Amino acid sequence: MDFLNAIVALSNFVLVPAIAYGSQLALGALGVTLIYGILRFSNFAHGDTMAFGAMATVGMTWWLQSMGVNLGPLPTALLALPFGIMAAGFLVLMTDRMVYRFYRQQKSKPVILVIVSMGVMFITNGIVRFIIGPQERQFADGERFLISARDFKQMTGLDEGLAIKTTQAITVITAIIIVALLFWFLNKTRTGKSMRAYSDNEDLALLSGINPERVVMVTWLIVAALATIAGTLYGLDKTFKPFTYFQLLLPIFASAIVGGLGSPVGAIAGGFVVAFSEVTITYAWKKVLGYAMPDSLAPDGLVQLLSTDYKFAVSFVILVIVLLFKPTGLFNGKAY
Amino acid sequence: MSEPFLIGDCMTGGYGAGPDILHGCTISVDRGEIAVIVGPNGAGKSTAMKAVFGMLNVREGAVRLDGQDITKLSPQDRVIKGMGFVPQTQNIFASMTVEENLEMGAFIRPDDFRDTLEQVYDLFPILRDKRKQAAGELSGGQRQQVAVGRALMTKPKVLMLDEPTAGVSPIVMDELFDRIIEVSRTGIPILMVEQNARQALEIADKGYVLVQGANAFSGTGKDLLADPDVRKSFLGG
Repeated sequence: MDFLNAIVALSNFVLVPAIAYGSQLALGALGVTLIYGILRFSNFAHGDTMAFGAMATVGMTWWLQSMGVNLGPLPTALLALPFGIMAAGFLVLMTDRMVYRFYRQQKSKPVILVIVSMGVMFITNGIVRFIIGPQERQFADGERFLISARDFKQMTGLDEGLAIKTTQAITVITAIIIVALLFWFLNKTRTGKSMRAYSDNEDLALLSGINPERVVMVTWLIVAALATIAGTLYGLDKTFKPFTYFQLLLPIFASAIVGGLGSPVGAIAGGFVVAFSEVTITYAWKKVLGYAMPDSLAPDGLVQLLSTDYKFAVSFVILVIVLLFKPTGLFNGKAY
Repeated sequence: MSEPFLIGDCMTGGYGAGPDILHGCTISVDRGEIAVIVGPNGAGKSTAMKAVFGMLNVREGAVRLDGQDITKLSPQDRVIKGMGFVPQTQNIFASMTVEENLEMGAFIRPDDFRDTLEQVYDLFPILRDKRKQAAGELSGGQRQQVAVGRALMTKPKVLMLDEPTAGVSPIVMDELFDRIIEVSRTGIPILMVEQNARQALEIADKGYVLVQGANAFSGTGKDLLADPDVRKSFLGG
């Protein structure tokens, strides 16, 4: 038995990747949950908003790289992020003006807006592929590892290495900063409070003189920022490929629903629940168990519950379980 | 005789393009008064109040505030003109704290509203104790106080309450009536719809009994309580 190596292996293969992935899902789910709380529909175009924002960031990163600009050990993409956010903000505000506003004025049912958002999803999807192409794109630069497995082994003398990628560390730090900023905005500023009021009780918000169009505009801008940041962080951590963002829609919605749609705290909790479930269920536990258990009990097989190819099935199962047993989610979201 | 401060004069109308619910109904409240609208279920009490507040399509008649015709204004614009309205249901932001509810009430005010906040807390001391608590966690009577407090934050010139005592216990109801009298003493005219006709008429300077969207009886609260017809039909003898 070797607990120290077991813990290191667990951290390396489960904890660190799941925390980074959970942060990305949490940022994505926050966007979905804000739209649901304030515009009152499930925005299926969110994944492709992430792709669009990330695409703009990738383009800007390439341009910066070609100009010889970089951030040293940090990825240049961080410098390009504000541009990506502006591009995504422009996209969602245009979409709102050209598409969603019409249905809002008609007071359309949420289910109609969901279908509308699917239309927007396909269009955005097409735009992104048209501009940057469907293939994988590399745009990460800077230092690759914060701690590499070899350095860690040399430092500690353990058999197992713990690698932390720069992108993973940046993901977590950025997510913490963004979430802190978002909660400060929602809870302390007048505009943020008016957004919560509008989400809570639309009629009373109107009676109080809160301008719905302004609330909607601010919400879209925040969502564009969250989507671009989540999309770029995911792209840095893995690679940028338009289709993966469409696939991310399922775990993101699972996160938002597990936490309770409309609840920002829930979206974050849900993101980590889904990420940890996905990683722990698709991880082959042979190595960790081999360290943690007496030799006589060490497993022969891989001890992998599900192949990684089926990782999206995990989100789907979580989604089904939550909808069956606690449809309002962990933090009592709402349903329109 | 000068015209009352707020008057819905001979209002006829209904929701959107739907059928008329009010038929030449007149309701008014003057400075320093409490006016109460009572009547049987479905008489159009709440509808009459909503008509005064602009949530109804008033096809005939007019609504005037301080002599100014406001018939065509939206409810939001009437709030800016100085009308405070407390809906019957969903009249608070349940997920927000008591203090945030009051802040949202003052949303349209560009000036510093801390004085008003203190006044509301003085009027409803329980809200000061619970100001950091989510409004949705409060009891029914306390929620109504939050709702009235929220409406008071705009410093309205007239306050309209739609069944403020709906669904609260008789003890809480008495307390709420006391609070409403206190609000009235600060000089704000109050127009309210009430199910509990007898108690409401006791505190009313002016009462309206509506039947099928029209005025059946009107007079001072005391007169209506003494009127044998009103007693027989609405107050149970």
